[in-house]
Amino acid sequence: MSFEWIVSIVSDNWPMFLRGAGITLLISIIGTIIGSVIGLLAGVIRTIPAPERTVKRIILKVVNIILSIYIEFFRGTPMIVQAMVIYYGSMLAFNIDMNPIMAAVFIVSINTGAYMAEIVRGGVISIDKGQFEAAQAIGMNHIQTMLHVVLPQVIRNILPATGNQFIINIKDTSVLNVISVSELFFQTKSIAGNNFRYFESFFVACVLYFVMTYAVTLILRYFERKLDGPENYSMIGQPAQVTKTRETEAH
Amino acid sequence: MEKVIDIQHLSKSFGAHEVLKDIDFSVNKGEVVCIIGSSGSGKSTLLRCINLLEKPSGGQIIYNGENILDDKHDIHKYRTKLGMVFQQFNLFNNHNVLSNCGVGQVKVLKRSKEEAEKIAMKYLKVVGMDQYVNAKAKQLSGGQKQRVAIARALSMEPDVMLFDEPTSALDPEMVGEVLKVMKELAESGLTMLIVTHEMEFAKEVSDRIVFMDKGVIAEEGSPEQIFNNPRQERTKEFLKRTIK
Ligand SMILES: Nc1ncnc2c1ncn2[C@@H]1O[C@H](COP(=O)(O)OP(=O)(O)OP(=O)(O)O)[C@@H](O)[C@H]1O
Ligand SMILES: [Mg+2]
Repeated sequence: MSFEWIVSIVSDNWPMFLRGAGITLLISIIGTIIGSVIGLLAGVIRTIPAPERTVKRIILKVVNIILSIYIEFFRGTPMIVQAMVIYYGSMLAFNIDMNPIMAAVFIVSINTGAYMAEIVRGGVISIDKGQFEAAQAIGMNHIQTMLHVVLPQVIRNILPATGNQFIINIKDTSVLNVISVSELFFQTKSIAGNNFRYFESFFVACVLYFVMTYAVTLILRYFERKLDGPENYSMIGQPAQVTKTRETEAH
Repeated sequence: MEKVIDIQHLSKSFGAHEVLKDIDFSVNKGEVVCIIGSSGSGKSTLLRCINLLEKPSGGQIIYNGENILDDKHDIHKYRTKLGMVFQQFNLFNNHNVLSNCGVGQVKVLKRSKEEAEKIAMKYLKVVGMDQYVNAKAKQLSGGQKQRVAIARALSMEPDVMLFDEPTSALDPEMVGEVLKVMKELAESGLTMLIVTHEMEFAKEVSDRIVFMDKGVIAEEGSPEQIFNNPRQERTKEFLKRTIK
């Protein structure tokens, strides 16, 4: 019974499902990218060592306090509530009628940024102090050290966490239906509202959500492997492939 | 003789703990100086003060006639003149062997990529690691890592090389390969300042030995003098403890 309903719901409504899934993907991709950039910047600023000059030190301190407030606030309140506050608040306070999709991207971005800032900070702290010192010892300044030694490693190390955040975003955009963003959940709700087949409609949505998150998982794993490069190295001037890696590193 | 680095009245405290006390010390061009002394005597701190990884609490460091502790002095430029080799190698994990030796040249010295690679290859040959240019740090043994770290420092073509216990983190069978490279460098006329617990090596390569104890230079002199006729009681005791 249900199966036939599913087939007919899909064949009647597939453009709506696809559009919903598309919007969901769009919001989560842009939100994850912008959020990662925000997180990277915030996380890097939060790991700048205290400067010697008093003026600089005070400026850094103030910036750090602002960043902490941002991070704690957005990590500490539900996105569904933030969506209501920001969407209706901006209308009330500034008379801005936000395009729901723009509002959605904005909310997902700053949320992701708050989480990623902490992840990046942890990533920077986890790079051993010796590499910072070695970079300094060859004359690199803080920015060069970050760009050429630390951040490439941090980005590699936080890739799984970023992927995780991406998957969370795909799922959590569903709460944005409260501000009428036409993402997958919103579309499914209106489909179900027309045919009164809630289980079957949402079952289709469920499958679509899983396909999206699982695809992201697979793509990210592929990238991680790519970034890690080959397991072995080839010696120059010797024909044989060297397959020796240290036992402790082998997995 | 031309002094490359001249340290005057250098002191360093961590909080209330005075680790270096009024150190006067210089390194001449082409000289190989070994610093010995018991654990905690301040050897690493002295080396780290010289390249400003630690900020000295007082005193002067004169390099090429200029006090580099002046506020207006460019410490990044100064550091390129000092090559540092660490106990823990500290290779950059995101770079392979070749670019470990190249990244500083390109980004700090602004050499072209081609020139940097040429220079890197030259010094990788010196340390015998030129066949491993494609390897990542984690694919190398300790001795190989340390030899790459030496090549990385040499690639900046510094005036002085600083070594902080370069063989202390190595398995015994790898100590030899690193000391051999260092000995060749010493014989080539490079100016070197080496903190080491390898007494045989120190005796063999040094022009001068500095013995540190509790934050001061207790005694310095030629290897023959320090090892055969130490003047200070604490030098004698230290040598008795370390040389069996
Ligand atoms: N960052 C730091 N903060 C506080 N104390 C420190 C710091 N670095 C070093 N010290 C202290 O300074 C003293 C000298 O340390 P240093 O590392 O220079 O000794 P060392 O002669 O190199 O010893 P070793 O042979 O064990 O390497 C020690 O008592 C150490 O605990
Ligand atoms: Mg030490």
